[in-house]
Amino acid sequence: MPVLRFTATAITTLLLGQALVWMTGLPPFILPGPARVAQALADHAPMLAENARFTATNLLTGLMAGIALGAITALNLAASPLARGLMRPMLVAAQAVPVFALAPIVTLWLGYGAASKIVMVVLVVHFPVASVLFDALMRLPQPLEDLIHSLRAKPMRALLLVRLPHALPALGSGLRLAAVHAPFAVIVGEWVGSSRGLGHVMLMANGRGQTDLMFAALALLAGMGGTLFALADLLQRRMEKGRP
Amino acid sequence: MSAPALRLQGDLWIGDNRLARDLKITAPAGRWTCLLGPSGVGKSTLGRLVAGLPGRARLDGDATAVRGRVAMLAQQDQLLPWASALQNVTLGARLRGAPADHRRARDLLDRVGLAGLHHRRPATLSGGQRQRVALARTMIEDSPVVVLDEPFSALDAGTRMAMQDLAARLLAGQTVLLITHDPLEAARLGHAAFLMTAQGSRPVNLPEGPTPRDVSDLAVTAAQAAIFDALSQRCAA
Repeated sequence: MPVLRFTATAITTLLLGQALVWMTGLPPFILPGPARVAQALADHAPMLAENARFTATNLLTGLMAGIALGAITALNLAASPLARGLMRPMLVAAQAVPVFALAPIVTLWLGYGAASKIVMVVLVVHFPVASVLFDALMRLPQPLEDLIHSLRAKPMRALLLVRLPHALPALGSGLRLAAVHAPFAVIVGEWVGSSRGLGHVMLMANGRGQTDLMFAALALLAGMGGTLFALADLLQRRMEKGRP
Repeated sequence: MSAPALRLQGDLWIGDNRLARDLKITAPAGRWTCLLGPSGVGKSTLGRLVAGLPGRARLDGDATAVRGRVAMLAQQDQLLPWASALQNVTLGARLRGAPADHRRARDLLDRVGLAGLHHRRPATLSGGQRQRVALARTMIEDSPVVVLDEPFSALDAGTRMAMQDLAARLLAGQTVLLITHDPLEAARLGHAAFLMTAQGSRPVNLPEGPTPRDVSDLAVTAAQAAIFDALSQRCAA
C-alpha cells in the first residue's frame, strides 16, 4: 500500500509540474517541466550516475560514522559522570556554531575530495544522535531504576542490558533526524569545494544555464534523501516493535 | 539462607517532612508481616527504605539494616518489554555479571505456572502471567527478606486470589513485608500485621494457623471485618 500511495503522489506531482509549465508559459531555462528534466536525466545518465555514486558514498559513510560516534558519545556520557561534567558543556557550545559555516574551514583542511564531505556529514549527524540517545539513556522510568538497584546491578551492565535497549526507540528518532540533515551537509560540502558529486554538477549546470540538468541532479538528491528517510523510518518502527 | 527478623522503630521522614511518628513495627523472621494503612502515610516509603532503594526517606530511630539482601516485588511488574520471560527471570544474575542459572529459572517459571511460556515477551502475556514472571524473578534472588509492595492490587479478584496462594507457598520461610490496601489479603496471608498512620503504628489481630487461609474461614472473615473497622476509624479520625 505505501508503494502505491507513493507512486500516486509522484505521478500527481509530475503532472502538476507539467501543468504549471504549460499554464505559466515560463521559459525552460527558468522552469523546465518534468519532460525536459527526464530528458536531461536520460541524456546525462552515465555522468549523473557517476556523480550520484560519489555523493551517495560520502553521504552513507558520513552517516554511519556520525551515528557510531554519536552513540559512543552518548554511552560515554551516560557511563561516566566525569565525562558528563567535561564534555556536555563542550557539546552544547559546539552546537552554537552553525555547522554549515564550518564548511569552508573543513574544505581548507581536508581538501576537495571525499574526506571533507564525510566530515561535514559526521559533524551534522553526531549531535542529534548523541543528545537524543543520551537523554533517553538517563531517563529510565523509576520502576526500572528501582529494579536495577534492587538487583544490585553493575552500572556498566545496567547501561548495556537495560538503559540502552530502553533507549532504542529514541535512537530511532535520532536516526530520522540524522537522515534529514545528512543530505544538506553533503551538498553544502560539495558547493564549498569539490570536483565531483551532485552538488558539483548543480553548480556547473547553473553556470552554463542548464536548468534542466540542475533539476535532474536535484531529483536524484531528493530520491536519495527520501530513500534514506524511509529506511530510518523503517528502522525506528522495528526498534519500537513490542514496546508498550 | 536464614531469614532475619526486621525491626522498624521511630519517625519516618522524607527530607524535612515527617510522614509518621512512633512507629513500632517488628517483622518476625521467616514469616509474612502485613503493613496496612491509609494512602500517603508512607507504607511504600518504608518498604523502599527496607529494600535499600535510594531516596530522601529516612527512619529516625532504630532499624535493622538488611541492605543488599532484600528483593522487591511492586505493583508494576517492572518486566523488560524486549526480553522473554526467561531472560527477565535471569536479569539479576546478568546485571551482576554472574552466570545465569537457566535451569533454575526454567524450573521457577514452571512452578509459577508458566510452563510452555518461557520465551514469550511480556506484551503477549496477561497481567497475571506478567506478575508471575516478576514473582519468579524475585524468587531466583533467594533473598532472606522480600518486600512486596501491593503486588496483586492491579489484578482481577480471581487472579489475585491465585497469586496470593502461589506467593504464600513459594515465599514460605522468607521474611516478607507485604504492603497492602486489602484487608482480606492481610487476613489470608499475614502472620503478623500492623496498621500504620501518621500518629503511629499498632498491631492488628490475625487468625492463627497456616497461610494462605481459606476465604470462607470465619476467623478470616472476622479479621477482615476488624481491619476494615480499624481502617475506617483511623480515616474518619
